[in-house]
Amino acid sequence: MHILAFLIRRLFQAVIVMLIISIIGFSIQDQLGDPLRELVGQSVSEAEREALRDRMGLNDPFWTQYLRFLGNALGGDLGTSYFFKKPALEVILAKFPATFELVLGATFLFVSASIPGGIYCAIRPRAWLARFIMAGSIIGLSIPIFLTAIFLIWIFAVELGVMPSFGRGETVTLPWGWRTGFLTRDGLLHLVLPSISLAAIMLPLFIRLIRAEMIETLSTEYVRFAWAKGLAARRVWFVHAFRNTLLPVVTVGGLQIGTLIAYTILTETVFQWPGMGFMFLEAVKRVDTPLIIAYIIVVGMIFVIVNTIVDLVYTLINPMVKLPGAQG
Amino acid sequence: MLSARAFSRRFLGDPVAVGAFVIVVAVGAMVLSAPWLAPQNPYDPLQIDLMDAEMPPSWMPGGDPRFLLGTDEQGRGVMSTIMYGTGISLLIGFGAVVVQSFIGISLGLIAGYRGGWIDAFLMRLADIQLSISTLMLAIIAMAVFSAAFGPETYRDLAIFMLIVVIGIAEWPRFARTVRASVLAEKKKEYVDAARVIGLSPGTIMRRHILPNTMTPVLVISTIQVAEAIVTEAALSFLGLGMPVQQPSLGALIRSGFEVIFSGSWWITLFPALMLMLLILSINLLGDFLRDTLNPKLRRGED
Repeated sequence: MHILAFLIRRLFQAVIVMLIISIIGFSIQDQLGDPLRELVGQSVSEAEREALRDRMGLNDPFWTQYLRFLGNALGGDLGTSYFFKKPALEVILAKFPATFELVLGATFLFVSASIPGGIYCAIRPRAWLARFIMAGSIIGLSIPIFLTAIFLIWIFAVELGVMPSFGRGETVTLPWGWRTGFLTRDGLLHLVLPSISLAAIMLPLFIRLIRAEMIETLSTEYVRFAWAKGLAARRVWFVHAFRNTLLPVVTVGGLQIGTLIAYTILTETVFQWPGMGFMFLEAVKRVDTPLIIAYIIVVGMIFVIVNTIVDLVYTLINPMVKLPGAQG
Repeated sequence: MLSARAFSRRFLGDPVAVGAFVIVVAVGAMVLSAPWLAPQNPYDPLQIDLMDAEMPPSWMPGGDPRFLLGTDEQGRGVMSTIMYGTGISLLIGFGAVVVQSFIGISLGLIAGYRGGWIDAFLMRLADIQLSISTLMLAIIAMAVFSAAFGPETYRDLAIFMLIVVIGIAEWPRFARTVRASVLAEKKKEYVDAARVIGLSPGTIMRRHILPNTMTPVLVISTIQVAEAIVTEAALSFLGLGMPVQQPSLGALIRSGFEVIFSGSWWITLFPALMLMLLILSINLLGDFLRDTLNPKLRRGED
């Protein structure tokens, strides 16, 4: 029952955030040029334009127009891209798999590197390797993601010529219309450099986070008790301590989704990766308003969904958290 | 708090901090003396010759002694563009932090001192804004501005817009820090005393509480400058920041990247090294200040 109340409360918040994003999106549409100019040429007279504006409802008050926009958006209609001449939502959804697979590849890399790295730095803080990793993470935090990407291209694609430098390579279309690069050698090869770039910026952050949480857990009572019981070191580290650092790491990590999306824009630009971020910048250059707004709304949606799930998981797993909706 | 002497002893005993400080001062000196020391004024079309385009650094075959670090695709000396471009990056970095700290300190003082619904509202807003991420907000804001203004107007307003956008996007960090200090200070007797003698809340906030929140503000300001410079560089790299005619380090890297496949690596590499050196030094300096002045403040984990 309490969980249900919490869920409803969270959904309500999510809806409000989405409404605010849609209002912002809609006001942008109002600012970016005249939709009429995109439809008719310069030859149409002023009177005809005015008649057309009336018929299209462009002279209606802001809120009337907004409600119409919202109604369309709820039906999945976010306008038609000026450039592609196709529904904006359709254009974006076609680009989604590329971005998703890039994020998946990067996540796989930084998770499998930051967990052992972070744990090692926590249990052997004075070892030279731990110091080296920590110093490296400060330097890593100071290298902007687009520079990592450029250096990788320069070394592996331009100088050595062993890696592809742009695009997704060969893709396979799965039965439900998802184009994947995971199933071909060429596609995987194209994924290597972009995923490394994206992982390289998240890695120092997560190593430091895991290390900090782990050090804190290692100093708690129950870990000392486990030592006192005479348990093997491995058991204390990995079963008792590490399991309990996972929760904060997952939640803090989940809340990085906004940053991660921004980083995909940068990575996709450097590698001309045909995902949503690259498409967004192209749309900005072409002043393709419906596509710009559709991107903002889709990204806002992803952001809200991920945040809600992270909150929910956190509340369900952690018995110490009191559900905010449960007190009433 | 630390006495000035204890502080300088700690500082001089820390070679990393001294090194970082020397680098930041040297970069600052280089930027300020650029109009006299730079071999060329990259903004002056009369001093640029397209015939000089894409020459390698002077120690390589085909290099020219006039251009120590080579030239870019417009014939501008890379050394000169870096000397001027670093200045623009620093200007935007500092400018954005001034805006951030102004908004953040004001709202943080109000939230901490007033409490109640205003505090709850401001802090909730700060949470939401921080979770969306500065870079994402800045990218969307600059994208909308550049699409709305058209290229010409946008070019003239770019510096101003970058300072304002990065400034507004990052105010929550200052607001949270100041609010936390205010909550601690508010309970102290001197604040009660000030209230008893009838000073207005505004005066108490400005004259009595504010000076006692300055140490953590100084610490985060340093790291925020580095963050603002990175954000600006990322925006300019995406083509949403400074234009090619008046490039910051990020814009230089962007224009270098466009020709990297033809083998002209120096146009990208030197501004990139400058950017990394600058950010790393400021970050190390910020880490030192944080560890020395305020051991409780931990970066990224507030």
